Amino acid sequence: MYFAATIAILLTMSLALARALLGPTVFDRVLAVNMFGTKTVLLLSVIAFLYGRPDFLDLALAYALINFIGVLAVLKFVQDYMLRHQDTDL
Amino acid sequence: MEYAIDIASWLLLIAGGVFVFIGGVGALRMPDFYTRMHAASLTDTLGTILILLGIILQAGLSLAAIKLAAITVFLLLTCPTAAYALANAARLSGLTPERRVSDAEET
Amino acid sequence: MVTLFGVFLLTLLVITAFGIVRAQHLFVAVMLSGIFSLQMAAIFFILDAADVALTEAAVGAGVATVLMLGALALTDDRERGPKRHRWAPIVVVSLTTLMVIYATFDKPRLGDPEAPVHQHVAPWYLEETPRLIDIPNVVTAILASFRGYDTLGELFVIFTAGIGVLFLLANPSKRGALSLLPSAEAEGLRHHLVPRVVGRLLVPFIVLFGLYVQFHGEYGPGGGFQAGALISAGFILYALIEGEGAALRAMSFRLLRGMIAGGALLYVGVGLAGMLLGGNFLDYSVLADNPIAGQHLGIMLVEAGVGLTVTGTLLTVFHAFAAREQRR
Repeated sequence: MYFAATIAILLTMSLALARALLGPTVFDRVLAVNMFGTKTVLLLSVIAFLYGRPDFLDLALAYALINFIGVLAVLKFVQDYMLRHQDTDL
Repeated sequence: MEYAIDIASWLLLIAGGVFVFIGGVGALRMPDFYTRMHAASLTDTLGTILILLGIILQAGLSLAAIKLAAITVFLLLTCPTAAYALANAARLSGLTPERRVSDAEET
Repeated sequence: MVTLFGVFLLTLLVITAFGIVRAQHLFVAVMLSGIFSLQMAAIFFILDAADVALTEAAVGAGVATVLMLGALALTDDRERGPKRHRWAPIVVVSLTTLMVIYATFDKPRLGDPEAPVHQHVAPWYLEETPRLIDIPNVVTAILASFRGYDTLGELFVIFTAGIGVLFLLANPSKRGALSLLPSAEAEGLRHHLVPRVVGRLLVPFIVLFGLYVQFHGEYGPGGGFQAGALISAGFILYALIEGEGAALRAMSFRLLRGMIAGGALLYVGVGLAGMLLGGNFLDYSVLADNPIAGQHLGIMLVEAGVGLTVTGTLLTVFHAFAAREQRR
């Protein structure tokens, strides 16, 4: 059963990657990175269980906390960028 | 009893996988940023909770289950917040949602 | 089956790498390199290298993305286009790639027990760690004790990087200059209520988790490098939400400089203490009554030193970028 979930997660990762490569605006790409991040947390949790090593869950926990910071950083910098360059669009 | 837990776990994992995949397809195929955001963030959170619940059921009562519960709580808090922050930033930067005039409004 | 997952992720990795190289807009490249780090962390994890995966996730996907965005705010955001096609580099790189691929035909298969690396070095470490050091995580035992001198070198590399950034980018800050800035940049995301509330809720947990990873490094994946990255990520989150002024009041440049130097001093100090107590440099066995307790004490102090320096350096680099852009 873990294999089925892992395959679904991996397929979604590739779809998110496609969105990151395609997305016309920068926000699409940030969305894709955020999605990829949550999928990575899921993948790490499921594979930690697949391997039967529950102490590897620390990685998933660490990543769940850090993913948020990446998105907020992007938003802050985009906000500052927009303030500074009011004419450009991304 | 174990059988019931296994079946519940299977169902949760499969449901979670399906939702996650739907989210991915939605993020790829929707026409506009805001619709993609809607698809991606809602299914992200839900799929995450289902999959992690499925694994928690398998873990039984142990330290691993507590860690998984912590991951679930943190993701439950941060996924919607990240989605809100992203949509907010996009709106403040002037990205407007695509509007399609439907037939009903034209007449 | 799991190797199939690894191969799939590696394929995605190659696609991402192409995307990064071909992207003209640097913001896109930064986002894609965030995804690149995530994929690398997943691949390391699938290959059963948990410590490396934790470091890659914490540093690559979290802090490095933030630092690159900070750097991007200071420069142009488009790559200057290539002037002409570069045939010579393409040929050289292709030839080198083909040679490397040819060389991998002779490599032992993944996990092959007959491989040379599993004949001498690995069994020795696996046997001697329970006897000499007695901690479950062999990676930490090797990093902190058996190859402690190399880790000292790594620590000094990080220390040098921090000093380099300070030389190049540090504002000779007049105290209070930052608090006079009324701009939105100094305020961070303070006006956005939802991220602010959730972020403030998360910061203590991130720092606490970082401390857990620091001290738990002997029993599971963890250690100084990962803990430093996590703790600095927590403080970076605080800085993003509350603004640079508040973050620098919480942890000033002086404190950060003290942390950078203090960590390195602690590590060298432990080494010298070993010498003064009769052993060799970085010999922990003489630090306490029995050798195993001495090893535990030595590893704990040394990892603490690493954690301090890494935290200080990452935060210094972040503030050097973020605080600088406000003075434009």
